[in-house]
Amino acid sequence: MIPELGEFALILALSFSFILAVIPLYGAATLNTLWMDYAKPLAKAQFTFLLISFICLGYAFASDDFSVQYVANHSNSQLPIQFKLSAIWGGHEGSQLLWAFILSGWTLAVSLFSRGLPLDMLARVLGVMGIIATGFISFLLWTSSPFLRYLPRFPADGADLNPLLQDFGLIVHPPMLYMGYVGFSVAFSFAIAALLSGRLDAAWARWSRPWTNVAWAFLGAGITLGSWWAYYELGWGGWWFWDPVENASLMPWLVGTALLHSLAVTEKRGVFKSWTLLLAIFAFSLSLLGTFLVRSGVLTSVHAFASDPERGFFILVLLLLTIGGSLTLYAFKAPNVKSESSFGWLSREMLLLVNNVFLVVMAITVLLGTLYPLLIDALGAGKISVGPPYFNALFVPIMSLLALSMGISGAARWRQTSMSGLKKQLLIPAIISLVVGSIFPFIYGDGFNFRVFLGITISTWVIATTLKEFKDKFRNATSMTAKLSQLTPSYYGMMLAHMGVAVVAIGITLVSVYSEERDMRMAPGDKIELADYQFEFQGAKKVTGENFTADEGTIVVTLEGEPVVTLYPQKRHYTVKRSMMTEASIDAGLFRDLYLAMGEPLGDGGAWAIRVHYKPYVRWLWLGGLLMALGGLLTVFDKRYRSKSLTEVAHA
Amino acid sequence: MTPKRQKRLYIILAIVFGTALAVGLTMYALNQNINLFYSASQIAKGEAPTDARMRVGGMVVEGSLKRSSNSLRVSFDLTDYENTVKVVFTGILPDLFREGQGIIAQGKMDAQGVFQADEVLAKHDENYMPPEISETMKAKKEAAQ
Repeated sequence: MIPELGEFALILALSFSFILAVIPLYGAATLNTLWMDYAKPLAKAQFTFLLISFICLGYAFASDDFSVQYVANHSNSQLPIQFKLSAIWGGHEGSQLLWAFILSGWTLAVSLFSRGLPLDMLARVLGVMGIIATGFISFLLWTSSPFLRYLPRFPADGADLNPLLQDFGLIVHPPMLYMGYVGFSVAFSFAIAALLSGRLDAAWARWSRPWTNVAWAFLGAGITLGSWWAYYELGWGGWWFWDPVENASLMPWLVGTALLHSLAVTEKRGVFKSWTLLLAIFAFSLSLLGTFLVRSGVLTSVHAFASDPERGFFILVLLLLTIGGSLTLYAFKAPNVKSESSFGWLSREMLLLVNNVFLVVMAITVLLGTLYPLLIDALGAGKISVGPPYFNALFVPIMSLLALSMGISGAARWRQTSMSGLKKQLLIPAIISLVVGSIFPFIYGDGFNFRVFLGITISTWVIATTLKEFKDKFRNATSMTAKLSQLTPSYYGMMLAHMGVAVVAIGITLVSVYSEERDMRMAPGDKIELADYQFEFQGAKKVTGENFTADEGTIVVTLEGEPVVTLYPQKRHYTVKRSMMTEASIDAGLFRDLYLAMGEPLGDGGAWAIRVHYKPYVRWLWLGGLLMALGGLLTVFDKRYRSKSLTEVAHA
Repeated sequence: MTPKRQKRLYIILAIVFGTALAVGLTMYALNQNINLFYSASQIAKGEAPTDARMRVGGMVVEGSLKRSSNSLRVSFDLTDYENTVKVVFTGILPDLFREGQGIIAQGKMDAQGVFQADEVLAKHDENYMPPEISETMKAKKEAAQ
């Protein structure tokens, strides 16, 4: 009964989103206030029924209703309750329901926090979101309903969740990531609404900015969590694989980063309008493309669930309609867009544009590397795969250039800036970063290393220029504390995010260059040494968990005779799925991780294949990612967004 | 030419030049870093180059897995049910590596016709067969009929 209720609620949600897609947009086109007024209640109704549907699926999981196919395939009565609930998005159907649910959540949020928005704009934005929701809920209902039953005979127990997914990571990573993916639909809807109404002023950018920043922050946090999860869960200590699905999330993030900077310029200076619109369209299109790549099964990846060509086709059609429709609209309307001011060759506008181009080029490079195998296959020219060296070869130089111009643009002024002024501003940070970059590899490592030099130099450059700019704010300030409170949250957010970039760059550089790794055959009593640490294997014993049995190794780690930690990596055997899984044991630290994983048992003497990693500064990767996300969130608390909207209410 | 047009010309030239450079570098990087996929039969026929990184896919032959007694060196045979190729790998095999299962090995052919793998990939699904393998095997079946 409950699953049918869920399905029924989904159908009702589709009806409401269809009405939302039609009535307010038509009202906005004909200036019919009554019809435009329908947008808000429709957004609420759509959210309510998707919420009901979502709760129904959650109930089916919690109550072990294995007559529901999706539950039977992704859960088991032995599964701990928190994983039963997060198994809702542990497979294709449920994760698409989560997608639609989050979309309705964003729609609701726009309808609630939009007091300053003129009615016709709000009606258009919600209407466009209604169109997207209509497409997605149809997709759910027609190709991937999570509420289908096994009737009349259903299995006595479920097939269990993939052991890799039985982890805290599953609870947080997909919702975060989807918040970001789907959040770009808001920026997209604002762009389309602006094109439809022809009102592309600074106000439009101001409305769209907080939404974009929040979506971007969630996407960044989602990617960061995914990287952290893969690191400890996959058992071989990698934190980024250039897997097609990771690329699918990185591309919208890169374009989103370009978008939020371009929006800032549009709001402040009234230029780059058509470019900003294009970025908004592409950020969301890439989110959809990511969904297509993952769901269609055209690419082999660790994330590809059971794939189905029909589903892929449906999303491909949605994708083509979105991109085709929005670009057609753009082609007709964008030529009318006028810049409100001009800027010189050497100005902050120009430098931000250059940054934008770097980010977009990077996104295109990733896109090319991801789609190239598909292209070659479609042309019948053989089966290939593009490996990490390709991505690394392009990522490192492009990102270095980006970091370089990032520091310069912070020092440049709007409109026009002088070369000599820039030199004066940047000379000291440049010297500091070159010196730190050159000395660091000698102090930390054992000799000059170009990659470390490059990585540390650009990270120091970003930190030094950011701090210099911060310090210069106080040049004419009489009181330190007064100035501190005068600076806006969006300024602090920017500082935090830029610091995050430097922290990530330090992490990537040091963990890539100074990681040490050994795969060893170890019998009980065997010792190895790695990066000054001694690891002694004391043998393995059997242990039993809630739904698995495991061999658990005991490894004592010492540093110069002093005990550091004892680690217990496991080789788990999940009884229901009958699959093996490596559970790494990690001693985490701000400056280094010790990472131990068990391979397979070797021979009768109790020997095991043991993987030992020493990973310096690996935490900085995720720390920096979180700093960026926090920075993005902080900008939303800017008074500007609230006070302006209130004054506009007063005017209206 | 008005100054405004001149400015535009420079911008367009810069974009064209930049794009050409980016595309050129990208294509170069792609060509250096793509891994072609070969089946055991293609290798047996000598179609695969030596000394180039590539991928070999196939099913692990039952009973062919041999471990060295004092290191992590393993060897096994990969088959596409027509020809087999011997693979040598030093390291920890993935969790789902099993005899009789489809896997992909990445590495180089050596002069002795043994595939020296530096990476072995298996899929987290018991019934998984790499699409490349299932396709070559389908083609085999059709050719046999």
